[in-house]
Amino acid sequence: MSAGPVLKPGPLLEAGQAATLAVHGVAKRFPAGEGEVVALESVDLFAGAGEFVSLIGPSGCGKSTLFNVVAGLARPSAGEVLINGVDLDDRLGASAYMPQHDALLGWRRVLDNVVLPLELAGTGRKEARRQAVPMLERFGLGEFAQAWPWQLSGGMRQRAAFLRTVIAGHPLMLLDEPFGALDGITRADLQEWLSKVWAEFGATVLLVTHDITEAVFLSDRVYVMTPRPGRVASVLEVDLPRPRRLCQREDEVFQALEARLRHQLAMAMASSFEPAHL
Amino acid sequence: MPAPSAARSARRWLRTATPPSLLIAAGLALWQLVVTADSINPQLLPGPWLIVRSTWDDRADIWPAIGVTTEEAVLGMAVAVVVAVLIAVSIDSFRSVRGSFYPVIVASQTVPIIALAPLVLVWWGFGLLPKIVLVALFSFFPITVGLVQGLGSADPDAINLLRTMRAGRWQLLTRVKLPNALPQFFTGLKISVTYAYSAAIVAEFVGGMQGLGVYMTEAIHNAPVRMDLVLGAVFVIALLTIALFALVGVIERLATPWRARS
Repeated sequence: MSAGPVLKPGPLLEAGQAATLAVHGVAKRFPAGEGEVVALESVDLFAGAGEFVSLIGPSGCGKSTLFNVVAGLARPSAGEVLINGVDLDDRLGASAYMPQHDALLGWRRVLDNVVLPLELAGTGRKEARRQAVPMLERFGLGEFAQAWPWQLSGGMRQRAAFLRTVIAGHPLMLLDEPFGALDGITRADLQEWLSKVWAEFGATVLLVTHDITEAVFLSDRVYVMTPRPGRVASVLEVDLPRPRRLCQREDEVFQALEARLRHQLAMAMASSFEPAHL
Repeated sequence: MPAPSAARSARRWLRTATPPSLLIAAGLALWQLVVTADSINPQLLPGPWLIVRSTWDDRADIWPAIGVTTEEAVLGMAVAVVVAVLIAVSIDSFRSVRGSFYPVIVASQTVPIIALAPLVLVWWGFGLLPKIVLVALFSFFPITVGLVQGLGSADPDAINLLRTMRAGRWQLLTRVKLPNALPQFFTGLKISVTYAYSAAIVAEFVGGMQGLGVYMTEAIHNAPVRMDLVLGAVFVIALLTIALFALVGVIERLATPWRARS
């Protein structure tokens, strides 16, 4: 296990680096009354440096639980999570996390929301703002630097939340259904945008989604999860060339991949009805 | 940015302030009319015009009293805010404090604070301190409750997000919980502030050397009774309370600029 530099907790890595992520046999059980609920049974997955990997599954498959474990918000009941080959005791700060709802702080202007990770890591607000302004321009939010979050559209809020995720230059990003709450048109636009931006930043991405098209369009690899208890049912490798365009969704290859993923998802759903676990 | 222009906010203010002002003016006019028409003894019920005139003539006496009582009210509120912040933050931070302290604080509100006034005087004398203590006792509760609710209602997503940025307790408090609690804090503060002058005056009634409460007591004990000055002091207290309330509103607007919408 010598996959790149050893990570220290905290956003200490230089921008542009990418990390590997390996999840081995991760389980998560919660006590519930007399017994316990098994949220994750045994999950294995891998993301190479600079890969875009997605997790897809129905609601209740433990996607968010797995995310919390990888982010360091929850401890696994079993198994290990290796970032660049190291299983850190405290993983908080080892990856950048984008929650399902943008979680922009309503009392901070857009610019001050975006600089939050830098500020918490000890960069002065002035210096953090100076770094963030050109990024806001690049993300099409330049005019809105001084706006309050409620003044932004849903798509702009997600872009701001994403900029807050990338600004500290983390080599690993965890995106939890970032476009789930958006309308179809905005969502498609943002997917293409994310694909482009990700190519520039080059970080390793783990994305949670329940959208088949989104998973195929963005990913190098898609892990399909079963509903409760969550485990990986199957994997789909997506070897479409990059950069990818929205219009490629009409291509036969793309649609064949979508169809396969839809089938895999159906199989995963069906498998959960077997009384294999209790 | 849709920051409301000064002219527009002035117009809106005028629109909200006009109807109640008219109502008050009508009430005063009716009062004056009744007093004048029935030629009621001004020692029993002076008309508003006489009250205003007498109070103005007595301004050399009432002015320092206003200063004293205002000092008590404002310092008492300041103490109440500090105490409320300390209590609310510890209730929010430590489960044991929440379990033990919070019920006691709620129960403490069943104690008639006015009845405590003589005790407070016995303990701390006739100076400024017992007044501050009484004002603070009257006003800390709504602020505390507002803060506890505001601190507890912070978005868990935001808290987790900051934890993934390795935010510590202090950073969570200052970056998420306190700003999130500000609106409810100000709601509590606005309720409290309406008690501040009344509490200060009660304290002065019970044992004060100066201030509006003492001023009123002296006007009552005067021979003949100076009902015009008593009621004048009541007017002044009402106006001071409105002014304090408005001041809190201004501070709230400055402290929570993100809520300027519509």
